[in-house]
Amino acid sequence: MVNSMFASEFQLFPTQASSVAPAVDLLTLFILAVNVGITVLVMVLLVVFAILFRRKSESDLPKAIHGNVPLEIFWTAIPSVVCLVMFFWGVKVWSEIVVAPRDATEIYVVGRQWMWKLQHPGGQREINSLHIPVGSTFKMIVTAEDVIHSFSIPDFRVKVDAVPGRYSQMWFTATKPGKYHLYCTEFCGTEHSRMIGWVHVMEREDYSRWLNEQAEGGDGLQGRKLFTKLQCITCHSDANKAPLLEEIFRKEREIGFMDGKPVAPGTRVLAAESYLRESIRYPNAKIHRGFSYPSIMPVYDRDLVSEEELLQLITYIRSLKQGDTPARTEETPSPQPTAGGEKTFAAPGSGNK
Amino acid sequence: MSTINLDRGLIAGADGGTTTAPAKAPLNYLNCESTVASWLLTLDHKRIGLLYLVGITAMFILGGTFASLIRFELLTPKGDVLSGDSYNKTFTAHGVVMIFLFLIPSIPAVLGNFLLPIMIGTKDVAFPRLNLMSFYLYVGGGIFLSLALLFGGVDTGWTFYTPLSSSYANGNVMAAALGVFIIGFSSILTGLNFIVTIHRMRAPGMTWFRMPLFVWAMYATSLVQVLGTPVVAITVSLLGFERILGVGIFDPRLGGDPILFQHMFWFYSHPAVYIMIIPSLGVASELVTTFSRKGIFGYEIIACSSIAIAIFGFIVWAHHMFTSGISPYAAMVFSFLTFSVAIPSGIKVFSWLATMFKGSISYASPMMFFFGFIGLFTIGGMTGLFLSTLGTDIHLHDTYFVVAHFHYIMVGGAIMGYMGGMHYWWPKITGKMYSELWSKVSAALIFVGFNFTFFPQFFLGYLGMPRRYHEYPEELQVLNVLSTVGASVLALGYILPLLYLPGSLFFGAKAPKNPWGASTLEWTECESPPHPHNFESNPPIPDHVYDYSQLSKEAVRVSH
Ligand code: HEC
Ligand SMILES: [Cu+2]
Ligand SMILES: [Cu+2]
Repeated sequence: MVNSMFASEFQLFPTQASSVAPAVDLLTLFILAVNVGITVLVMVLLVVFAILFRRKSESDLPKAIHGNVPLEIFWTAIPSVVCLVMFFWGVKVWSEIVVAPRDATEIYVVGRQWMWKLQHPGGQREINSLHIPVGSTFKMIVTAEDVIHSFSIPDFRVKVDAVPGRYSQMWFTATKPGKYHLYCTEFCGTEHSRMIGWVHVMEREDYSRWLNEQAEGGDGLQGRKLFTKLQCITCHSDANKAPLLEEIFRKEREIGFMDGKPVAPGTRVLAAESYLRESIRYPNAKIHRGFSYPSIMPVYDRDLVSEEELLQLITYIRSLKQGDTPARTEETPSPQPTAGGEKTFAAPGSGNK
Repeated sequence: MSTINLDRGLIAGADGGTTTAPAKAPLNYLNCESTVASWLLTLDHKRIGLLYLVGITAMFILGGTFASLIRFELLTPKGDVLSGDSYNKTFTAHGVVMIFLFLIPSIPAVLGNFLLPIMIGTKDVAFPRLNLMSFYLYVGGGIFLSLALLFGGVDTGWTFYTPLSSSYANGNVMAAALGVFIIGFSSILTGLNFIVTIHRMRAPGMTWFRMPLFVWAMYATSLVQVLGTPVVAITVSLLGFERILGVGIFDPRLGGDPILFQHMFWFYSHPAVYIMIIPSLGVASELVTTFSRKGIFGYEIIACSSIAIAIFGFIVWAHHMFTSGISPYAAMVFSFLTFSVAIPSGIKVFSWLATMFKGSISYASPMMFFFGFIGLFTIGGMTGLFLSTLGTDIHLHDTYFVVAHFHYIMVGGAIMGYMGGMHYWWPKITGKMYSELWSKVSAALIFVGFNFTFFPQFFLGYLGMPRRYHEYPEELQVLNVLSTVGASVLALGYILPLLYLPGSLFFGAKAPKNPWGASTLEWTECESPPHPHNFESNPPIPDHVYDYSQLSKEAVRVSH
């Protein structure tokens, strides 16, 4: 048997293992039906015409038909309508795939040549594997350290590119326990085809056991260490120097300057991951209202903070509760006063467009 | 310079500048001069077409060799034949050679060069010297590119995505980019030449709507070449600025945006797909009417749909980027626009079928290639619908489904059309008939081999097998083995014409003037092979280009 000669579990169609998979497959079946219908029609006509109207005599001289308006309208209109149906149906399924439900648990994913690093909200970290319970909704916040990668789980019918310098999102709810392939689908260099892993979808009990087995010292802790080590604490423990970062995650933050220009009072942005990332990488992009431009906060570029460390910092900021900011200690002396370090207030309304 | 001296008017008699032809054979463009220089420095569009034929055939063999290596490696799930790095360099080389050095020049530079002036009743293209220059740009760029790919290699894929290509890949990225840049100019100059030729050089009486559909296809293709290619030249130049001078354009570390590269790259490279396929659509139109001996159905619509495809081709590029994080509105707009390209292509297929309806269909081998073309192009086009639909593209993007889809279009469609065209015009180009039997065997092998190679890849793609994987999970082996076996049959189908076509030069029967009973000028007014100046005097232009009732009885009788 061919099957036994070659390796395991030969299959022609992927497993449906996520909540969106049936919708994607149904749409696929519809397009497939249209495909088969039209292709078979064309092939049958081709063969039938080729046989029926084969050249019978060398002096055959059939009369040309230059056109037939109703026929031409017919074969333009019908495919157009079918295409419109596909388009709208496609948009509908796609919006299910891309718009994450609000209650999704967030998992951070960093792609780098040539591995996937994943980080759970509780700080558990994994490389090239992802453990999740069946039936819960997860949102992946995906970025890359170096080149573009793409995070793909075919059995879930989802995929998103991991682009350096951006956070992309993808969500899913696994519906079937099992082990599923995880691939990098954007060519990323020498070991591209080894940038693979497994998604383990577990029953809830197995999952909680797995969670407990994972050692202490997740990213919350890592992030806390970094927060001290990188001197964030010297400013962010003193509300006069810098905004306190307690419970700011997913809150609206009022900003005073954007890209160096003052903005109208009341301008707010959501402090989600991308905002926090931007605040650390490019402090001057948006300045919290009440602080001066340029910001006294140093630019933490990649040489100072890797993408992975950045996510650890974000995890830590997310976990910061009211009054949790550690006090400044001897190990973290006050930084040198920087130029423009004085706290100034942007005159309200000044420079409004 | 001993090239043949073309005086500017159509000449009626002997040409003083040419060496004398052998006594028996009538003067033609092949025997008028035979020195090496008369070939290498020729300004005759027909000879330049043949020079290109030699060039692109060599490139096809090179690209095909890379393809065989890829399929051979993928026979087993483990990477055993090639290392990861060499595998990446191999598929990059395969893509770059096949796209830039074979497919883009194929039909326009060979058949277009040879036929376009004849089909519109003139004796050369508007700028013969420019034509020769495009050829040497092609040769120069081609050699440069091939050396870069063979020695050292490039491991970025033919898409050169940043920041991989700008900051991480270590191969000859810049040499390859320069090669692409040079080739681009060859393509631009050919396009420019054709556009001016069609506008300015049509014989008296040759109105726009009397031009053969192949000429319309050439016109549409040239528009894309002239408008699209500069963008890829700009893109690779920017890549150079970033890679060599460290100017931040695409790499986020330098403050650039990697997605910008994708926009610029696809702005050219999606239309480039049409540079490859529109000429084949043109060839198909010629084949179906000639071998049905019946005027084409919907001439104007087919002509205009070529132009429509060329224009729409420019506004769909971001359908390659649905997973890269473009705005949702952009995604919807580009998905919608992509569907609009499907319509004119569909119209063409239906019009061809209507042309066959109640025709007198000959089974000559070019028609066999046409049948194969329709089959493969239809599957290729239809499977594109899965990729233009947003909901399904997310799953299929960057998998083997895409690989299968575009090979159906670019190998199934474009190369099948090219093969059909070569077999159709071979008697005109060389004056010799090739073996009908072997050419039919070749058409059949290509059709069967092709489907075996690429059909399994649709399943591989739906199962999620990513593109450009050197190693793959074991359960996918069966389908990969099928694909490799099919590729061997396909290779055989391509090797055959490399033998019997040149063979016909020595053993083939002499081709009559109009062996197929066709109605366009190259058959009705030109000898096989044509006179150095194509026509002895201005050819008469019939009112309808595909009017077979005008054919003399003899012409109809010699055909089979
Ligand atoms: C030299 C003092 C200083 C240091 C050190 C510093 N920051 Fe800041 N930070 C500021 C100031 C001032 C602001 C408000 C102005 C602005 O938005 O840039 C700020 C703003 C922020 C914000 C945006 C808060 C909001 O309310 O919008 C975040 C997040 C942040 N910093 C994180 C960090 C982290 C993480 C570190 C350590 C890696 C750090 N900062 C180090 C001074 C500092
Ligand atoms: Cu990768
Ligand atoms: Cu495209």
